[in-house]
Amino acid sequence: MARKLLLEHINVPGINTLAVYREKGGYRAVEKALKTLTPEEIVEEVKKSGLRGRGGAGFPTGMKWSFLAKPEGVPRYLVCNADESEPGTFKDRYLMTHIPHALIEGMIVSSFALGANTSYIYVRGEMMPQIRILERAIEEAKAAGLLGKNILGTGYDLELYVQPGGGAYICGEETALLESLEGKRGNPRIKPPFPAIAGLYGCPTVVNNVESIAAVVPIINDGGDEYAKIGIGRSTGTKLISASGNLVKPGVYEIELGLPVEEFIYSDEYCGGIANGKRLKATVAGGSSVPVLPANLTLKYANGDPRLMSYESLSEGGFATGTMLGSGGFIAFDEDQCIVRNTWNFSRFYHHESCGQCSPCREGTGWMEKILHKIEHGHGSMEDIDLLWDVQRKIEGNTICPLGDAAAWPVASAIRHFRDEFEWHVKEPMKSQSTNYGLANYANPIEKAPVVEEK
Amino acid sequence: MLKVEETQPVEFSSALLAKFDEIVKRYPEGKQKSALLPLLHLVQAEFGWTSVPAMDKVAEYLNIQSIEVYEVASFYTMYFLQPKGKYVLEVCRTGPCCLVGAEKIMDHIEKKLGVKEGEVTEDGLFSWRGVECLAACGFGPVLQIGPEYTFYENLTEQSVDQLIDDLRKK
Repeated sequence: MARKLLLEHINVPGINTLAVYREKGGYRAVEKALKTLTPEEIVEEVKKSGLRGRGGAGFPTGMKWSFLAKPEGVPRYLVCNADESEPGTFKDRYLMTHIPHALIEGMIVSSFALGANTSYIYVRGEMMPQIRILERAIEEAKAAGLLGKNILGTGYDLELYVQPGGGAYICGEETALLESLEGKRGNPRIKPPFPAIAGLYGCPTVVNNVESIAAVVPIINDGGDEYAKIGIGRSTGTKLISASGNLVKPGVYEIELGLPVEEFIYSDEYCGGIANGKRLKATVAGGSSVPVLPANLTLKYANGDPRLMSYESLSEGGFATGTMLGSGGFIAFDEDQCIVRNTWNFSRFYHHESCGQCSPCREGTGWMEKILHKIEHGHGSMEDIDLLWDVQRKIEGNTICPLGDAAAWPVASAIRHFRDEFEWHVKEPMKSQSTNYGLANYANPIEKAPVVEEK
Repeated sequence: MLKVEETQPVEFSSALLAKFDEIVKRYPEGKQKSALLPLLHLVQAEFGWTSVPAMDKVAEYLNIQSIEVYEVASFYTMYFLQPKGKYVLEVCRTGPCCLVGAEKIMDHIEKKLGVKEGEVTEDGLFSWRGVECLAACGFGPVLQIGPEYTFYENLTEQSVDQLIDDLRKK
């Protein structure tokens, strides 16, 4: 069994309550951090751990923290990004639902390390049940003297609030999130200045994903060096993977980074293979924004070596033959799924969620949705495929925030790897309405789950 | 689109205003506008939608311009600018849910309720619409119902029938 740091006690009854959470060793990190460590020492531990932002960008968390400006007399803020909306990603909801105190504990330690006395957890508005869970957990922590004035008698004060969003994917982008928290439309800001210099209310601010903040707890408990021993290379620690699509056992799994992709998909410890005895056609490995890969390139590099679940391994080969770990939203497509239809679905999503600030994204996402709709519904021409390629090229890199890139990459990768399926839709418009293109030559036919040896 | 006609003046109860006061305290002095999104959720939970007169009152309460409220309410998808049914079934229509049958569920709901997406049933009880990813992809298809945003996972046609029948009986 792989080591679990975040979900170790997920099945313990009552782990959502403070009492049981403490019984299982909860809030040790708060005691240790506030009573025995200085803020600088905590930042140092997080740096040593090699923890990288778990929201998708993978930027080293300790380094992000060390960029925080500390001008005299100006408040600093920690804002937790719980606006989980990336299609394929549902780990933060899971963590907040079942172990809310893991996030609260991480928030206390992180706020102390950053010198913040007011911190916010920005939760997407649709997660009202999770907002209620977090508010209850905060009340419990406050009653136990873990939040509020003079925490555990150390003289450190912290107020923690939960802020609901209003339903907008773009608010997962950190500057859009800050705008939203200020009560405005979620339009991303032009950077620089980065939030570390001028964030919430113009004050120095750190924005971190739920999972990143929760990971600070084991890092403080066991030390950054211990955490860095888990994983592979610069992908240290454990990662929550949200597995969805046509899998036998979809769900949230905590893996040690470096697990072979094949083992993740086919072993019984994880997803248990493809549902209904079908074969794997393609995957999106890190949330809808990352390139889609055919099954053969998902499992192996172009040179035949096995691909691993890590930041580096998933991006091996660049966009030509690789993808990204992203937020860890792993979506599996079986042989009956239509790549064109799914790409159209994703494009509709990005069109709907574009904030409208930058023309390439506002207009381009609409164009892509329309062209893909046309091809999917049997009215496309060969020129449309080239036009689609052209439009995505003109969005990528030309927008204030990464939503433009995120909209372009799924389209680019779908055409790159599955062009024959697009052409089939054009050549066989009638047939494409009633049947699927199928597996074609996208996958090494894997008939059944290979035997995986116990480590 | 803002619906200006047919809107009645609204009164905020003292209980609602007390909740407003509680929320505004979360932010530093002079940053009360931060309370806008949570306040609009409370207004919608109370009245079923965010009407223009209600938004004007929120603006007045926060000491900001009405347009600052309109632009926010029209930007975020959760705020209804038109009256809806008592129960709004919001079904996830994004990729991973579609891989496991969300489109069939939406077709079924449309047939069962007899109204198109966004419309209200004659008895005023139900509306439905497709929404973007609800972050529950491994448990799809899923739907949510406000204002509590109760969540229903692993939907089948039978479970949707059961849910609608139960809500009718309420």
